[in-house]
Amino acid sequence: MSNYRIEGRSGDWEVVIGLEIHAQVSSKAKLFSSAPTEYGAEANTQVSLVDAAMPGMLPVVNQECVKQAVRTGLALGAQINLYSVFDRKNYFYPDLPPGYQISQFSQPIVGEGKIEITPENGETCEIGITRLHLEMDAGKSIHDMRPDATFVDLNRSGVALMEIVSEPDIRSPEEAGAYIRKIRSIVRYIGSCDGNMEEGSLRCDVNVSVRKPGDPLGTRCEIKNVNSVRFVMKALEYEAERQVEILEDGGEVALETRLFDANQGVTRTMRSKEEAHDYRYFPDPDLLPLKLDAAWVEELRVELPELPDAKKQRFMTDFGLSADDAGVLTSEREIAEYFEQVAEGRDGKLVANWVTGELFGAMNTAGLEISASPVSAGQLGGLVDRVADKTLSRRIAKEVFEIMFESGQDAGAIIEERGLKQVSDSGAIDAVVDQVIADNPDKVAEYKGGKEQLIGWFVGQVMKASQGKANPQMANEALKKKLDN
Amino acid sequence: MSALTALTLTSARAALDKREFSARELTDAHIEAAEAARPLNALVAETFDLARERADAADKRLTAGEGGLLEGMPLAIKDLYCTKGVHSAACSHILDGFKPTYESTVTANLWREGAVMMGKANMDEFAMGSANVTSYYGNVINPWQRQGDNKPLVPGGSSGGSAAAVAARIALAATGTDTGGSIRQPAAFCGLVGLKPTYGRCSRWGIIAFASSLDQAGPLTRSVEDAALMLQVMAGHDAKDSTSVNTPVPDYRAELNGDVQGLRVGVPAEYRLDDMPEEIEALWRRGIDWYKDAGAEIIDISLPHTKYSLPTYYIVAPAECSSNLARYDGVRYGLREADDDLTHMYERSRAKGFGPEVQRRIMIGTYVLSAGYYDAYYLKAQKLRTLIARDFSQAFEKVDVVLTPTAPSAAFAIGEKMDDPIAMYLNDVFTVPASMAGLPGISVPAGLSSEGLPLGLQLLGQPFDEARLLNAARFMEIAAEFTATPSGLGGGTS
Repeated sequence: MSNYRIEGRSGDWEVVIGLEIHAQVSSKAKLFSSAPTEYGAEANTQVSLVDAAMPGMLPVVNQECVKQAVRTGLALGAQINLYSVFDRKNYFYPDLPPGYQISQFSQPIVGEGKIEITPENGETCEIGITRLHLEMDAGKSIHDMRPDATFVDLNRSGVALMEIVSEPDIRSPEEAGAYIRKIRSIVRYIGSCDGNMEEGSLRCDVNVSVRKPGDPLGTRCEIKNVNSVRFVMKALEYEAERQVEILEDGGEVALETRLFDANQGVTRTMRSKEEAHDYRYFPDPDLLPLKLDAAWVEELRVELPELPDAKKQRFMTDFGLSADDAGVLTSEREIAEYFEQVAEGRDGKLVANWVTGELFGAMNTAGLEISASPVSAGQLGGLVDRVADKTLSRRIAKEVFEIMFESGQDAGAIIEERGLKQVSDSGAIDAVVDQVIADNPDKVAEYKGGKEQLIGWFVGQVMKASQGKANPQMANEALKKKLDN
Repeated sequence: MSALTALTLTSARAALDKREFSARELTDAHIEAAEAARPLNALVAETFDLARERADAADKRLTAGEGGLLEGMPLAIKDLYCTKGVHSAACSHILDGFKPTYESTVTANLWREGAVMMGKANMDEFAMGSANVTSYYGNVINPWQRQGDNKPLVPGGSSGGSAAAVAARIALAATGTDTGGSIRQPAAFCGLVGLKPTYGRCSRWGIIAFASSLDQAGPLTRSVEDAALMLQVMAGHDAKDSTSVNTPVPDYRAELNGDVQGLRVGVPAEYRLDDMPEEIEALWRRGIDWYKDAGAEIIDISLPHTKYSLPTYYIVAPAECSSNLARYDGVRYGLREADDDLTHMYERSRAKGFGPEVQRRIMIGTYVLSAGYYDAYYLKAQKLRTLIARDFSQAFEKVDVVLTPTAPSAAFAIGEKMDDPIAMYLNDVFTVPASMAGLPGISVPAGLSSEGLPLGLQLLGQPFDEARLLNAARFMEIAAEFTATPSGLGGGTS
């Protein structure tokens, strides 16, 4: 458990956090209609009669969304409820055409589960999952197009969301970040959600309260709709400090809903408890209770791909990777697959260094995802082979990698074209070695006088003179042979 | 009344096959009747041009030997059904100007078999009412009148326009919807056969929702055979309605022989009300005797939770309606009363758009679903609903059908029972329990009141047992020999 504490005048405060993650199901059609869900379409072009709540229209549950919710539940190690119920959550808003959101209230499709998280510089811990339920998204109200009118885009109306609710087990912003990243990783592994936070496919409501360690839970505030990991962490830091300040001043935290202002880095009241809606939940009479076949659930369980935790363990065992490297390499399914392709039949640790070092560095600089890598797994493998068989020195190999990343060429072609092959011809190396020794009599004298660490400097000179192409190992040996005589 | 409008649906359809007259002639006769009967206010939108067009098309298909089951049959369609490009407003001000771009599944089924739409039938606003007095388009007048009294009577409700249209010979048959008795009670008031099928038998897709767990489409006709024919076409599974049941539609007319030998007829003690008019009681006794004399077995049964039906219904139905009607908010279609801010736009649009009865039910429904009241009202009502359904399923272990009166009175005058909503709600005391249990029910005209008004008896059946229910009804039709016709037919006499 985290030892994250906020210092107050009266002592240390502990932060208690629970998260509700809204993950959009990656289905082609909406939860209760056949309208498409593609992101970025022109306003109101992906709206069925059901999504617009025309008179007499009825919802029909999309089985694909049910399947993805069950798969997600299984991936979270959670209980799958074979009987669940869709309820109506009633409230008026222009971007909610029926005047109610179809959700699951008292009988969700997925019950309790838990996941393991490893925060940066922290210890691995378990976070409980309370439930996962299916619900439809609302449309979007656009208030800033005209000062005197609000516009409504119903493209999102009816899109399937999975609301994943955590237990209040999270104790620091870092843990919260790690939790979101882990959930994101899991849903992306199994393909139930694309996890794209910029496009709103993954959004987060944050519940936070503070207390003196060991005390009962304090009054919580809910921060709505935070859309990046960084913002969640920032919002938490701010909100926890705010609550501590209030309590230290002898005040009381008000139970309320707040919004995070990313520009100012502060949270603000959205609505107080008194303004809270009475949602008048009741079972949707247009939909029958959702009954699942236990055998079908079992089938889905068996068909699940290998999940991040299992993959991490396997990478550590099979490739001898450190926990850190294995963690990084399994954080995304695509990265893991890329790594495995390269590592197949090669030195896993060496490959891990190339992937986490050169490749990630270049991808970060270029702002690319692994799926868009200009260097294919096969190409990187080819490069690693050239290092292993000593065709390339590590330094030259890095240069080759850079060219590869720019041009998309294979290592062989680049080496050939640019004459970058490592010189392993002992005659040629000897000639350069002789030249370096002849040019630096003072250094030779120092070396012979006992300053043996100068050997590195000599190797450097040989590499420089050979424009990096000399095999450093051979240069080292040749130098030693000549200097030690 | 022309000879063509006096026909039953079945006989008119047979006559078309024999080319005794054309579909166009049949439709024209009904248009003429409709024009004459306008004072009844049965139709809120007349679609006569469309009717003539469809009748001409029907004649072509009949000539080609491709006539459907309802080819050329003029029908009235309750305004609750969405009909493409045609007025579909649930007779509410809030749906002003609404013309759907889609066709309800049930009406699409009817058109597929060649039926002709005469127009949209008046109804209680959003199907909330038992006298067709809550319509934004004004009340409907029952073509029947008391002997020696021309005071206008209500046709019953909510499918009052549908019932009046069929009784006044404006249409050979009509569609209705029944949530707590809205087909059966107006059928009884207008001397018609009214069938509410099992919940899930007909698709609700495209029918404007009142109470989703209760609403069910059904026909109002002038004979049991006509009801069977209408149901044949209206019924069927629809993937677009999750509560539609995927069970085959049998041939409802195949065994319509009126044979009730050995039929077990249940008579529930709880339907004997203290203050029920003697003539209703007598009619019920007469009905029991008909069955007994024909060799049916009369079995006394108990449905102990009957007394909770009405109060329970008036929790469940308003609860669902309060949510179903939230979509009428002035934002996307229908009436909008513009205002400076959103809340006022909502309030003004809905205050102006909904009539008092609809507002009353929305408020009751909102209340019973509120935090703190949900358990005491809605949840308890759902539990009672389960018990009401169990009463029936236990009774159906011993009987095949249940026989009861349809309504506690004959049609009443406009203005009567209007001050007290509870008195109005009591109209549905015999029809609501089967609605709560999702069972099929049919009202058959069984006699006349002392004032010469039609009275109906109701038969209730087991889920999806409409075929047996219809045959039991066919027997009653034969036994009752009900041949009276309404005296107040617009422009006609009987």
